[in-house]
Amino acid sequence: MNKLKRQLGIYTLTLAIFALVCPVNAHADTITIKGSTTVLPIAQACAESYMDQNPSVNISVQGGGSGVGIASIIDGTADIGDASRPIKNAELSSAISRGKDPKAHVVAMDGIAVIVNNANRISAISKKDLKAIYTGGISSWSDVGGSGGKIVVIGRDSASGTFEAFTELALHKAKTRPDALLEASNAAVKQVVQTTPGAIGYVGLGYVDSTVKAIPVDGVMPKEETVLSGTYALARPLFMYTNGKPTGAIKNFMDFVLSWEGQSLAKENGFVPLK
Amino acid sequence: MKIKNVTKFKENIYRGIFTILAFASLFFLLGITVILFKEGLPIFQKVSVFDFLFGRYWYPTHADAEFGILPIMLGSLWVTIGALGVCVPLGVGSALYIHELAGYTQKSVLKPLIEILAAIPSIVYGFFGMVIVAPFIQRTFHLSVGLNAFTGSLMLGIMATPTVCSIAEDALSFVPKSFREASYALGANRWQTLINVIMPAAGSGISTAIILGMSRAIGETMTVLMVCGGAAVIPHSFFQPVRPMTATIAAEMGEAVMGGAHYHALFAIGLILFLFTLVFNIIAEIISRRFRVKLGLGR
Repeated sequence: MNKLKRQLGIYTLTLAIFALVCPVNAHADTITIKGSTTVLPIAQACAESYMDQNPSVNISVQGGGSGVGIASIIDGTADIGDASRPIKNAELSSAISRGKDPKAHVVAMDGIAVIVNNANRISAISKKDLKAIYTGGISSWSDVGGSGGKIVVIGRDSASGTFEAFTELALHKAKTRPDALLEASNAAVKQVVQTTPGAIGYVGLGYVDSTVKAIPVDGVMPKEETVLSGTYALARPLFMYTNGKPTGAIKNFMDFVLSWEGQSLAKENGFVPLK
Repeated sequence: MKIKNVTKFKENIYRGIFTILAFASLFFLLGITVILFKEGLPIFQKVSVFDFLFGRYWYPTHADAEFGILPIMLGSLWVTIGALGVCVPLGVGSALYIHELAGYTQKSVLKPLIEILAAIPSIVYGFFGMVIVAPFIQRTFHLSVGLNAFTGSLMLGIMATPTVCSIAEDALSFVPKSFREASYALGANRWQTLINVIMPAAGSGISTAIILGMSRAIGETMTVLMVCGGAAVIPHSFFQPVRPMTATIAAEMGEAVMGGAHYHALFAIGLILFLFTLVFNIIAEIISRRFRVKLGLGR
């Protein structure tokens, strides 16, 4: 009987400790981030490293798309809404009618480089030819001044942010030709372009190195400077939206994203940092 | 009396635990089937079953979305057929060698080694295929791209070989010794015995091995995602990039909006894949039952 009593005592004590500890955790600051899958890697990397430095802050990051990100600011289900496009007028008026004040913060630039095999003679491409190659109008390198015979068109899986950006900026939302190869990551596209003489592909600017050849589009070389200055065509800003001017924990996190450290995390994930 | 009761009570507990464990897999199977149907069927409110199965274009995220999985289904079948061309000669051939010709030492080395082939993670096959095999195939056959159905079939075939070899070897070893002795007694030589007696007797077991190898090949994901190229077009040559069903699900599921049409379409592909492997497994089960009856081993 004594043993039973002792055991009961231990259980009660454990429960009591749990009851004491749990509310302490609940007091921590919680930030919810939702939205664009393109911005997701930046948000994720920044959140992880920010939480390491500030254990009292709890950040939850979710995808869903730019529409979801902005909608979550409008109905208040997230503190920060990620978007790879600016807010639309309809969204803005719906936000105002609900008493919300969406504020845009550009957190990085998304630049997409067009890459070919190092052995390819091509030295430049026009946006028009690029579109024709990806939608099916041009199939041979000789039509665009390159070498390597038949063009092997390499695209990304239709769910990736880079695919979405390329479709919008280079193809003007036209459908990629069905016989384009599909690779599931920037690294895989680079790998295939590196080993395939006739290949053309596109990757985030951060992935370009000497193993492949990046070519200028409409005469502009994809570089951090041309992306930041807006002269390179295949680039767009990435946003985080907040309701009104951020304060408290949200402001601290936004400051971290825009700090040198946050920006270098963005660069590690293949984006163009703002500084 | 008391001790006896305690023992009986304990026995009942063990019995209960093992019953639960035995039925757990049934429970998982049921759960998975229900979820596949629940999440996959809603797509047919958006596209008709016919357009889904026989549509030629797969543009799930486009504003003007199309959900035709015919090229994707054919891509899967295409690499599976190609893989059979590799794993049947390799698997059955090595099973015959191990069972009939290899000495004790060779046998005790070969069988475990072939089974190690099954233990290599599929991403390693994929990486090997992408970095080594694909550029080699591309140069050897002067193709525009090395990531195609042929490379995919080759890798899948090698991956399915241990399955085929192991089960085929088991089937051969189930052939009663008396069959062989009777054949030798009639004056047949080793080759004649193997081809005319052993092979037919183990035939359905070997068929089972081949069908299970097929299930293995059609369900493989990571390797085909990496080496098949991924073009969603109806294949008309082995040296052309294809996109199997598994690769489509793996590449797109992570980013598909939960509850959206794309999400349901991917589940519907999973459902169809499940039906494929289910049919393969049922056929394998029927054949192997017939085989056991034929050899007089009962059920």
